[in-house]
Amino acid sequence: MALRSKPSREESESRPGRAGHAPKAASTISGVPVGALYTPEDLGAFRYDEKLGDPGEFPYTRGIYPSMYRGQLWTMRQFAGYGTAEETNRRYKFLLSQGQTGLSVAFDMPTLMGYDSDAPASEGEVGRCGVAIDSLQDMEDLFAGIRLDQITTSMTINSPAAILWAMYIAVAEKQGVKPAQLGGTLQNDILKEYIAQKEYIFPPEPSMRLVVDTIVFASRHMPRWHPVSISGYHIREAGSTAVQELAFTLADGMAYVDAAIKAGLDVDEFAPRLSFFFNAHIDFFEEIAKYRAARRLWAHIMRDRYHAKNPRSWMCRFHTQTAGCSLTGQQVENNISRTAFEALSAVLGGTNSLHTNSMDEVLALPTEKAAQVALRTQQIIAHETGVTNTIDPLAGSYFVESLTDEIERGALDYFKRIDEQGGVLACIENGFFQREIADAAFRYERELEAQERIVVGVNAYQEGARAEVPTLKIGFETERAQAKKVRALRERRDGTSVRNRLTALQAAARGQDNLMPVLIDCVKAYVTEGEIMATLKEVFGVYREPTIL
Amino acid sequence: MSTASRPSSKEAKPAPRSDPASQKKIRVLTLKLGLDGHDRGVKVVSRALRDAGVEVIYAGLRQTPEMAVEAAIQEDVDGIGISILSGAHMTLIPRVLELLKERAAGDIVVFAGGIIPDDEAAELKTLGVAEIFGPGTSLATIVDFVNGRLRK
Amino acid sequence: MSLAASLLQGDVRALAKAISLAEDRDPEATQIVTELQPQTGRAHLVGITGPPGSGKSSLVDLLLQVIRQRGKTVGVVAVDPSSPFTGGAVLGDRIRMQRHTLDKGVFIRSMGARGHLGGLAAATREVIHLLDAYGRDVIIVETVGVGQSELEIGTVCDTTILVLVPESGDAVQSIKAGIMEIADIFVVNKADLGGAEKTRRLIQDAMALGAAPAWPPPILLTAAVKDQGGVELWQAIERHWEYLSQSGGLQDRRLQRLKQEVLALVSEQARDDALRAMEGDTPVARRLRQNPNGKLNPYALAAELMGRAS
Repeated sequence: MALRSKPSREESESRPGRAGHAPKAASTISGVPVGALYTPEDLGAFRYDEKLGDPGEFPYTRGIYPSMYRGQLWTMRQFAGYGTAEETNRRYKFLLSQGQTGLSVAFDMPTLMGYDSDAPASEGEVGRCGVAIDSLQDMEDLFAGIRLDQITTSMTINSPAAILWAMYIAVAEKQGVKPAQLGGTLQNDILKEYIAQKEYIFPPEPSMRLVVDTIVFASRHMPRWHPVSISGYHIREAGSTAVQELAFTLADGMAYVDAAIKAGLDVDEFAPRLSFFFNAHIDFFEEIAKYRAARRLWAHIMRDRYHAKNPRSWMCRFHTQTAGCSLTGQQVENNISRTAFEALSAVLGGTNSLHTNSMDEVLALPTEKAAQVALRTQQIIAHETGVTNTIDPLAGSYFVESLTDEIERGALDYFKRIDEQGGVLACIENGFFQREIADAAFRYERELEAQERIVVGVNAYQEGARAEVPTLKIGFETERAQAKKVRALRERRDGTSVRNRLTALQAAARGQDNLMPVLIDCVKAYVTEGEIMATLKEVFGVYREPTIL
Repeated sequence: MSTASRPSSKEAKPAPRSDPASQKKIRVLTLKLGLDGHDRGVKVVSRALRDAGVEVIYAGLRQTPEMAVEAAIQEDVDGIGISILSGAHMTLIPRVLELLKERAAGDIVVFAGGIIPDDEAAELKTLGVAEIFGPGTSLATIVDFVNGRLRK
Repeated sequence: MSLAASLLQGDVRALAKAISLAEDRDPEATQIVTELQPQTGRAHLVGITGPPGSGKSSLVDLLLQVIRQRGKTVGVVAVDPSSPFTGGAVLGDRIRMQRHTLDKGVFIRSMGARGHLGGLAAATREVIHLLDAYGRDVIIVETVGVGQSELEIGTVCDTTILVLVPESGDAVQSIKAGIMEIADIFVVNKADLGGAEKTRRLIQDAMALGAAPAWPPPILLTAAVKDQGGVELWQAIERHWEYLSQSGGLQDRRLQRLKQEVLALVSEQARDDALRAMEGDTPVARRLRQNPNGKLNPYALAAELMGRAS
């Protein structure tokens, strides 16, 4: 990597710098070398139109909208969910009253993995890291008193995403809201499950079929909905570098585009509704560079590789979440600062939607107070700091533009390596992504051990009163109540109707038809998530991971 | 009890390593219990133990207490390292301890890491878990523990 | 009750502990194996070798499925490399067979090679004896598959299976000398990825070059992760067992195996003795220390040590 940046004058004159620090070979947290000083030379033959363009203009480096935050702030969308649907409903109403502008649903592990709350595999897990949803009844309770045509909702769910989406659509219908009026996002990014989060259930082929079915359904019936949120957040949380996060995410994006095109869609029919989800980690400028590189890369990919004609197909719209893995269990109040810096980098990087973590999330799900502080952090950035007064304020910085270029180069290099191995699915099979991530994670851990990286409160500055932080406790009553509820549901509903729907589902799964209509039918008959998943598992099989350590 | 934190000085003692040429190895089973799939921590710890001379049998994700105990017995491990971030630890870890006792394998040392609040960690320790490593625990601490407590 | 007696009663913990003693090269292991020797000789020993990434573990997982459906019990020994620097290892074969974890008819033991060169661990033979005495009908040994390691498996098992995957062209050309001869069955795994037929033909061509063997090794195509090809593979393994039993080949192999085992024990002992002589508090060690430039005659020294070996 040729760094034309100069050493600082002190360094080049071999004079000791001022007290404390003279990082010899400084690098970002991902290992990208950072020079002491950047000058116009570093930009060389930099061409504004080619590299940046104005906001709202190709290649969208400066932002996908012409007015960005001057026109409309990013969506403040705090991820929440725990316990029962009723409890989460209360938390949603609280957050909406406090100024949150979009809802984001966190589901519990059994729901994420396709089990009902009374299944043996669910024991001990119900309601602990999200809300328990077994059937349409729970979904109705989750959104009770909340008009679905007046908010947008993001649902963080992957393998069973289509099922939960079907429930959401059914709830809307009961409110008199048509699918076309619904706005929101389904995470539904199965590829990153194989790579990082490991919430896979079916093998890749049928999983991709399900994702494509949702993309097709959205393009035909739900123009305000983002059917996939192509995610890098989890890849980063698993220990990847920033470049890997960016490269693997965009590569996954290309895999979905390929699949949708193969299914017969024209690229412009669905690409405008694709969205992304990135991490906001603690290395401030690296993250900003990453977001800008993401927009530039995706714009070129969509226009030059896929020949999309609609400019909206070229736009990399994304949600960001501050890095959970950067938070510490020691001196948790420090996490408020970390989250603030990370959120600021996301805003300076032009994110379209943002979730800020609560300070206590290393220990448990957030308390109401901690969740409020996290939301206020965004509001302070938006209304007090002034950074929203102008668009992409860091453009033209010798450093930030150099770093943006560097990260872009790193991603392009990975695209090549992925292509050489036969594409994303081949790399998942041969373990390429998993190996890169595991290596990066281990490297980082070793750096911490050797104190080449400092985490305040953890391997430095460990003195500090260990405050008693109240944490949220989920009791077993949730599990008992939920198990009872779903059993009661199974008793009261029309058993024949359920059996018929499941038979129809099985036939549809074996065939080629889009599964969304039959899934909507199933959920309306109060077929449970577990029952639907069991049927699909029979047809699709289950995935066995090639283990890479 | 406080979670272990990293040594702050650069003279951290290197963990004692078992002699690479010796034939006696500490064997540890590492795994994740329950539905949670976040394996960054368990993989990093497994590698670190390997680098410290330990034979690590990595059993992977979504293990049930029954599977964990059966594997531990067949592999005749000295210890079981459980990673669990989903909050289900108060259900699943005591089951492991129970099953080990039933199979007369209570001498196998059980340790855990992940998201476990202090008060529940204390309870697990009274039930028989040897140590709980919270977020931010240094690898050196875990390696020292394994080399110290599990030494043959 | 002694460990050996408990083992014979079917106590799985006793078996596991006896295996540990063998792995630790504890003299008690020798006693146990000796005591159990009358109970050995029944099991069908199947070796599975091949380069890393060929899917050996997934193939074993598939075979376990088939074998268990036929009501036979199995012991699996999965050997993985140990780090030459730290002596540690991550043993990740078991994870691919985990659907069998709770099946009492399947016993799986992961072993680190612990510095032993040859693809097996030094203790592998003892472990096989223990599993045999424990009553397992079939014992599957899965080796490391790097370097010259494939060759050692042939000296330990009745039926040796070489697993390959279709690669761009030279899968077969890259096979080291000696491997073609030890394989009783060839498997081309990951056959769903394309190129498998070509690899099969390459193997056939390579075999046609040598003299026609009494047992022409079948070449099978499998896709282990898709559960395809397991039945045919097991049938080939059973046919080989029948062939060995009827042709007298089984006796030959067992005699060879005994000799190899003796050789391995003798080598291990001789090596240990020599190391101790050269590094301990002995006259030889002192002489070595006085000659740091290594200017001693290695042949004379070796002869001297062998003369000393008791």
